[in-house]
Amino acid sequence: MMQAPSAAPRKTPLHARHRALGARMTTFGGWEMPVQYTDIGDEHRAVRTAAGLFDVSHMGEIEIAGRDALAAVQRITSNDASRLEVGHAQYSALMYPDGTPVDDLLVYRLAADHYLLVVNAANTGKDRDWISAALESEEDAVAVDTSRRYALLALQGPRSREILQGLTAVELDGLRYYTFANGEVAGVRATISRTGYTGEDGFELFVAPQAAEAVWAALTDAGAPVGLRPAGLGARDTLRLEAAMRLHGQDMDESTTLLEAGLGWIVGWDKGDFVGRGALSAQRTAGVRRRLVGFEMLDRGIARAGYDVYADGERVGRVTSGTWAPSLGKAIGMAYVPAAHGAVDNGIAVDIRGRRAQARIVRMPFYKRARS
Amino acid sequence: MYPADLKYTKDHEWIRVADGEGHVGITAYAQEQLGEVVYVELPAVGRTFAQGEQFGAVESVKAVSDLYCPVSGEVVRVNDALADHPETLNSDPHGTWLIVVKLRDAGELDALLDAGGYGAHVA
Repeated sequence: MMQAPSAAPRKTPLHARHRALGARMTTFGGWEMPVQYTDIGDEHRAVRTAAGLFDVSHMGEIEIAGRDALAAVQRITSNDASRLEVGHAQYSALMYPDGTPVDDLLVYRLAADHYLLVVNAANTGKDRDWISAALESEEDAVAVDTSRRYALLALQGPRSREILQGLTAVELDGLRYYTFANGEVAGVRATISRTGYTGEDGFELFVAPQAAEAVWAALTDAGAPVGLRPAGLGARDTLRLEAAMRLHGQDMDESTTLLEAGLGWIVGWDKGDFVGRGALSAQRTAGVRRRLVGFEMLDRGIARAGYDVYADGERVGRVTSGTWAPSLGKAIGMAYVPAAHGAVDNGIAVDIRGRRAQARIVRMPFYKRARS
Repeated sequence: MYPADLKYTKDHEWIRVADGEGHVGITAYAQEQLGEVVYVELPAVGRTFAQGEQFGAVESVKAVSDLYCPVSGEVVRVNDALADHPETLNSDPHGTWLIVVKLRDAGELDALLDAGGYGAHVA
């Protein structure tokens, strides 16, 4: 979500590095962040074919600890956190009672009674306040915003494993998708998580802010020979959209339920009660009236966020995300359409600067990496 | 960097005039700001535009950017090759034209920047 914050934008521990690399900067979620170092398309392709290194230190971290930490996490998030073993991570959503997401997030189980939530930068304050209010006084659970304790680097792409393995003793082959381990990277204490927001294999590294420069330098030195490039938020957005990963604030928000957003798979129906369960359950029974679909443009032009979408001549909604997809060589996007109109191959039209451009609903994700 | 035989707008178009007609393109600075160009939207031959009026758009991965006509006049040719090869705007911006305009008033050229003035504008 792009928004102009009232205060001066915050800077990550790598800000000087981005400047030195000649990055074009923008304000995103209250932070001054690199959009691109050279070219979005080039950075995008580097991640798909070799590796890219992103500074994602703007992401927020909120930790929940205490004997009742699991019960608290179960109550406020949608997915079933009881399935998480220590060392595992899970995609989930922080929920409003009406079944819409306060935010989407990753839940890490750091220890038996200790969880780490990684949340969107723009939502960190809102999430923290919501969680604090949702914890009950008799509960043995505290929530602490620990965002300032972490810098977060994302190393993404098919060459990520070999690049990182040269800098750590942690056995990366044994680190499965959505698990994490503690160890050292280039001599610096790090939590290494096999996660990402690009649709490629890759890692996210939590390190102390004062160590971020050293880790960044070690990764770029080790990765440059195999094609690693620094990558900015521009490529992060085109990569995540090709992988059909939702962006909170665009593809879903407080006006869309998880089911409408196509995220029924992160609803823990088998767990007990949780905030939003009643609303989601009722909607599951009644059926959704609209849902988020992926589309590709048939006519020339790029459908960008906010453009009007038409089905059968009627305006039915807006594009929530849209871009040129560098790996696919076509324009793609996501939009909410009436559920009855949402079948794959159905046609929609997008108003591109006064012209009705034809598009076709397609299956998501748009891009899926070849798995070995 | 900016050829002396072109005139420039502050919106980063250039025009090369000969025999009352002007080839119009976008500058090296514009293509660099845009990044990889993926679509170009151009008007039909025969359309007329006033100086400073929007005549088309360029789409890059990142954003859409409007194109403004450097002078008033009628579009007499359109570079159709750009439909299949929009990337030539990135590789050769000052050698790739978008449209040719038949000038209505050559005096309008005085309102444009020369290479030195444009270079200072984007510095």
